[in-house]
Amino acid sequence: MSIKILIPTPLRPFTGRQEQVEVDGRNVGEALEGLITSHPQLRNHLFTADGKLRSFVNVYLNDEDIRYTGLQQTPVKSSDTLAIIPSIAGGCCCCC
Amino acid sequence: MATTLSPSTPLSQDEILRYSRHLIIPEVGVEGQQKLKAARVLTVGAGGLGAPIGLYLAAAGVGTIGIVDFDIVDFSNLQRQVIHGTSDVGRPKLDSARDTIREINPNVQVVGYETKLTSENALEIFKGYDLVVDGTDNFPTRYLVNDACVLTGIPNVYASIFRFEGQASVLALPEGPCYRCWYPEPPPPGLVPSCAEGGVLGVLPGIMGTIQAMEAIKLILGIGQPLKGRILLFDALQMKFRELKLRKNPECPVCGTHPTVTKLIDYQEFCGLRGVETAPATGATFPEITARDLKKEIDQGRELVILDVREPHEFQIGRIPGSTLIPLGDLPKRVNELDPDRELVVHCKMGGRSAKAVEFLRQAGFQKVRNLQGGILAWSDQVDASVPKY
Repeated sequence: MSIKILIPTPLRPFTGRQEQVEVDGRNVGEALEGLITSHPQLRNHLFTADGKLRSFVNVYLNDEDIRYTGLQQTPVKSSDTLAIIPSIAGGCCCCC
Repeated sequence: MATTLSPSTPLSQDEILRYSRHLIIPEVGVEGQQKLKAARVLTVGAGGLGAPIGLYLAAAGVGTIGIVDFDIVDFSNLQRQVIHGTSDVGRPKLDSARDTIREINPNVQVVGYETKLTSENALEIFKGYDLVVDGTDNFPTRYLVNDACVLTGIPNVYASIFRFEGQASVLALPEGPCYRCWYPEPPPPGLVPSCAEGGVLGVLPGIMGTIQAMEAIKLILGIGQPLKGRILLFDALQMKFRELKLRKNPECPVCGTHPTVTKLIDYQEFCGLRGVETAPATGATFPEITARDLKKEIDQGRELVILDVREPHEFQIGRIPGSTLIPLGDLPKRVNELDPDRELVVHCKMGGRSAKAVEFLRQAGFQKVRNLQGGILAWSDQVDASVPKY
């Protein structure tokens, strides 16, 4: 199943500035793994060292937060869109 | 403490004329306008988001607008903080905002809090307001505002922005989700977008702040559907709005059925910023060099490569002469362009991104690599003021 993943602006430096990436997968987990395989710098931003999704990055399958649909086990179909929605605070940043 | 206006306080002739376009809308009418006049809305921040919020709430006739901001108007604010003008540079934002609001609508009472919002003062400041509109710009304050709203039962009209994207929602409504239902934890400092990557098209907070003002007005009037349980996402470049569901988390530590956070905490610590000064990503476990010392070494003829890891558009603003540009995101695939036997000094704007680059290079086997403390801003301060700061 080929689905598209929408990449938010803060993470585009790690996808060669692409706004969306097409990946293959039967579920959210496989789709995200596909994304990280082709863009390894994303791993640290999306997952903790022990492989859990970071809690300041939400993943939505269409308009539903995957925390409520079965996390990475959530099945996907080809018309689905995965969106990565990181928290943003706007304006001030802590490091540069 | 501002006086409390009752929703039955009649409108003056001037007010009837001023708000006539409101009065002739059935969903507003005289009664609605009186509700606006009696309303007390606290805006946290008089910056990018706070500017349109203040302007439109004042124009709409919100009777009491509280503003929390301790900052001074800076030249670089004017690109987006439209409540301030060129002649306000150097003035407290609070004074500037108050003057602009007074000019738009002298009927509005502005209550100013020229202080940083903290766990010690938030609950006291929030007391008595009907709504809080979050126009802040950092994670610790976002979580503070959220928790204080939940604890006081005051709705939080939220928006945030990044470059060309915005998010908005109305949080902490009765039975509704709060910010921690959405993002239980903040990003650690090392994973917060950097300043250069974070720049913003000035009009974006104008759009998002106006949406916040709209939601605030709807809540006061009790009309339409607020963004409760919904996240509005805005992509300015695509000119698209999308909506996502935001569910209330029954296990939320602040607004869930068994809350564990029952008072305000140390939000700097929560965001991993306790004990950090300027660039938390450095940790300074590798060699650093000051701009002054780097200049000395260059003048002494020391052979070294100055590696700039900023973005191309920053390089265009100004650069250290003789530097080589490899943006941080490109470093892994371009590391072969660098010679590990040569002395390398890495810099960015302020020292944070270059610290990450130094860490990466050391892991890649580069031994002679140092971080320029304070980045190009320090170079401009200490060595060459003709290199523009930005």
